[in-house]
Amino acid sequence: MIELALNIALTLVGLATALTFWRLLRGPSAPDRILALDTLYINTIALLVLLGIVLGNNIYFEAALLIALMGFVGTIALCKYLLRGDIIE
Amino acid sequence: MLDIIISILILIGAGFTFVGSLGLARLKDFYTRLHGPTKATTLGVGSLLIASALYFSHTGPGISLHEVLITLFLFITAPVSAHLLAKAALHLRLHSQAPVPEEDKVGNRD
Amino acid sequence: MSRLLPHPLLSLALTGFWLLLVNQFSLGQLVLGLILGWLIPLFTRSFWPEQVRIRHPLTLLRFIAVVLWDILIANLTVARLILGRPAKLSPAFIEVPLALETDLAIGLLANTICLTPGTVSAQLTSDRKTLLVHALNTDDPEGLVATIKRRYEAPLKEVFES
Repeated sequence: MIELALNIALTLVGLATALTFWRLLRGPSAPDRILALDTLYINTIALLVLLGIVLGNNIYFEAALLIALMGFVGTIALCKYLLRGDIIE
Repeated sequence: MLDIIISILILIGAGFTFVGSLGLARLKDFYTRLHGPTKATTLGVGSLLIASALYFSHTGPGISLHEVLITLFLFITAPVSAHLLAKAALHLRLHSQAPVPEEDKVGNRD
Repeated sequence: MSRLLPHPLLSLALTGFWLLLVNQFSLGQLVLGLILGWLIPLFTRSFWPEQVRIRHPLTLLRFIAVVLWDILIANLTVARLILGRPAKLSPAFIEVPLALETDLAIGLLANTICLTPGTVSAQLTSDRKTLLVHALNTDDPEGLVATIKRRYEAPLKEVFES
C-alpha cells in the first residue's frame, strides 16, 4: 500500500522537478529564475523526505533541514541583489 | 489503518507539489506564477513531512517529531521569499497581466 | 528579572526547538534546552529591542486555527485555478489600508496574506499605511479587502496592539 503510494509520489515529484527545471532554463526574467530555484529546493526537500521513507532511514532529515535553511538564505540574497545591486551593505 | 492514512498523506503531498510546479510552468506572467510555489508547494511538502513523521513514529523506536521543524520553517520562510520576489519584480517593472499601480503608490523600494 | 530573563517567550520557543531537533525527550535534554533557551536570548539581547506581549491568548489560538483552515481552502482554490484555464484568470493588484502599527503585527499580517486566500503581499508603502497585494483571481477587490481586514487584521490588532 505505502510502496505503491511512494512510487506514484516519486513520479509526481520528479515530474514537478522537471517542470521547475524547464522554467529555470526558459526564464524569461531574473525573478522567474530565482522563483524556479526556490521551487527547486523545496522539491528537493520533498524528494529527500520520500527517499527517507523508501529507505526507512531517518538520516536524510538533516540534509533536508540544511537544504531548507541554505535555500532560503540563497533566495533572500538573490532578491536583495536584484533590489539594491548589493548583497552585504 | 495507519498505512492508509500515511499513503493518502503522501499522495496529497506529492499532488500539491506537482500542481505548484505545474503552475510555475504553465501560468502567463510572473505575478501569477508566484502563487503556485508559495502556496501549493508549501502545503505539499508540509503533508509529506507529516506523513514522514507518522511513518517513523510507527516503525522507529520512539515518537519522531523533528519533521515538524522543517514544516514550521517552510511555513515561516515561504511567504518572506514570495514577498521579496514580488518586490524585486515590481522594482524591475516586469510585464503583468493586471495593471500595476502608479509609481507614488508603490513608494520607495527599499 | 527582566535583565536575567529578557524574553520569556523566546526562551520557551528555543527550548521547544531544541527538543524537536534532538528528537527525543529526556530530563537531560530538557535541562540542556532550558539552559540554551536562557543563554541565547541573554547574549543576543541587542538584536531584540521590542518586547512582545500577547494580550488575548485565546484570540491568538482561534486566529491560528482559522489560518490553518484557510491555508487548506486556499490551496484547493489555487490548485483548481492552476489546473483550469490560465487565460480565464483575472489577476489584480489591490491596496489594503493598514490599521496595524507595530513591525511584528504588520509582518504577521503580510505572511498570513501570502499563505491564505490566493493573494501575495507585494509591497509596503514607505509611510507604512498601505499594503500592496496581488490577487490571483478576483472579481470583487473591495470584498477581498474587507475579508482580509475582518478575518486577519482585526484579531492581530486585538492580540498585539490593544
